[in-house]
Amino acid sequence: MRRRVAIVGAGITLFRRRMLESPKELSFEASKMALDSAGLTLKDIQSVVSGSAPDAFDGVHMKGEYYLDGMGAIGKPHERVYVGGGTGVFTPIGGWWNVASGLYDTCLCVAEEKMSPLHPHPQYAFWSIFDQILERPLGTTLLWIFSLEMRRYMHKYGIKEEEIAEVAVKNKGNAVDHPSAQLGAKITVDDVMRSEPICEPVKRLDVSPPSDGAAAVILASEKVAKKLTDQPVWLDGVGWTLDSTHWTNRDLAYPEYVEKAAKMAYKMAGVKNPRKEIDVAEPYDPFDYKELHHLEGLQLAGKGEAPQMTLDGVTQRDGDLPVCPSGGLLGVGNPIAAAGMMKICEIFWQLRGEAGKRQVKKDARTGLAQAWGDLMQVGTVTVMRS
Amino acid sequence: MSRKITRYQGREITLDEVREGKYLDIVYKFEPKYSWAAGVAISRFLTELKDGKIVARKCYKCERILVPPRMYCEQCYRPTDEWIQVKDTGTVNTFSISHVGTDARRLKTPILVAVVDIEGASPGMGILHKLGEVEPSKISIGMKVQAVWKRPEERQGAITDILYFKPVGS
Repeated sequence: MRRRVAIVGAGITLFRRRMLESPKELSFEASKMALDSAGLTLKDIQSVVSGSAPDAFDGVHMKGEYYLDGMGAIGKPHERVYVGGGTGVFTPIGGWWNVASGLYDTCLCVAEEKMSPLHPHPQYAFWSIFDQILERPLGTTLLWIFSLEMRRYMHKYGIKEEEIAEVAVKNKGNAVDHPSAQLGAKITVDDVMRSEPICEPVKRLDVSPPSDGAAAVILASEKVAKKLTDQPVWLDGVGWTLDSTHWTNRDLAYPEYVEKAAKMAYKMAGVKNPRKEIDVAEPYDPFDYKELHHLEGLQLAGKGEAPQMTLDGVTQRDGDLPVCPSGGLLGVGNPIAAAGMMKICEIFWQLRGEAGKRQVKKDARTGLAQAWGDLMQVGTVTVMRS
Repeated sequence: MSRKITRYQGREITLDEVREGKYLDIVYKFEPKYSWAAGVAISRFLTELKDGKIVARKCYKCERILVPPRMYCEQCYRPTDEWIQVKDTGTVNTFSISHVGTDARRLKTPILVAVVDIEGASPGMGILHKLGEVEPSKISIGMKVQAVWKRPEERQGAITDILYFKPVGS
């Protein structure tokens, strides 16, 4: 019998291009903030689940073993979960297994990332995710798969670059109100269109930055959560699926693996009509078109219809379905695993009415966070309720 | 955010501080070498590339013709059945004009990169490769392209034995 799981605390560090703090120190700061916000100490924590992206960024092998003391995991059952960019949302899913299964009543979930150590640019690490025989000899960069996917998406549905740029404008604008944000800014569609082309059709302002940072949440069983707070946020649905690395054999216009993950989470949470029942969403937005792509995969927009929804203002904070009210990866920053966890934190704060200037206008009761990763192949989804 | 939290932890290091050497850092270069076995399916694929041919594997159950070839069908979860030579022509599924290289440094000449759906394989069976002998502004999705091979004596049994794909008839 599955037990109900709640989020009872959340913490986050600043997200910046280069942070002085080590991975251990960043982990400590986010974890301590999450504990403090829940009114707990480390003694109250029974297990720890951590998430971090490829070891190649830090140049530290066995990163999970390296940073665990910063996460308060010494002498406790600790596991590191990993599904590329999907890791941040997968980390609390790993925590959910710990608590829903009945193994533990409390679990600290921490996502940490330092991308800055790698030179000349963090992008370099992504070279090694491509097929070593058939793709790397071509001189790959991760930007290729995004620009190829963006082009295919635009082609299939007749979407314009200007329409996609609206997402960057919205998210960077939202991030102005996020105290951790790296790239909050009031920009225009024109600014995006005139920014330097990197991998056409992708331009500089279509992309989230590399970042350092950490974020954490604390999960508790129903019994413990109700003792701790009168505002638990229930982790009612979790879903995750992966496709193969044969990304050139897939329909790049539609993320089917995200649809499958979403349907798994909706079924578990009893969500029958996502567009009507989800009040606020934080889909993964490492690139502006990705938010649109994912809204469609999540069944929150019809295929090819997310751009119009954005133009109509539906996804603004005062809209009917606020999307990335945090500012997303485009605005808050993209320390890979920590960025996904930032989305979990945001939905937690939104559903508790604690998001301050970022609080969405509507009375949000049900929220969703989603991440994506690897070679166009990972979907991780959580449905949360107040 | 949370009512109990007032301070956000973390200290940013600016690029100027890095340049001034204000913070101690340790620089380390890791240069391992790897030698990969290409595997059963891809070894054959590479051998055929050396002969100027593109080969696929067919699964008799779902009848898909798979490129890149694999010895098992991941959908039917059974061994694939037959080697099939497909054409060295295809269709541009999607493309990009890349102004940056692997380490994100700016390139002088952009790379024209594409997913090319290979003719003779099942629909949507594409491979990643480059385009050439074409103006970037003339590339379009759906464009028919053909492989431009290295000279036989220069081929190494590698994906780069195909230099790039060019528009058919150009």
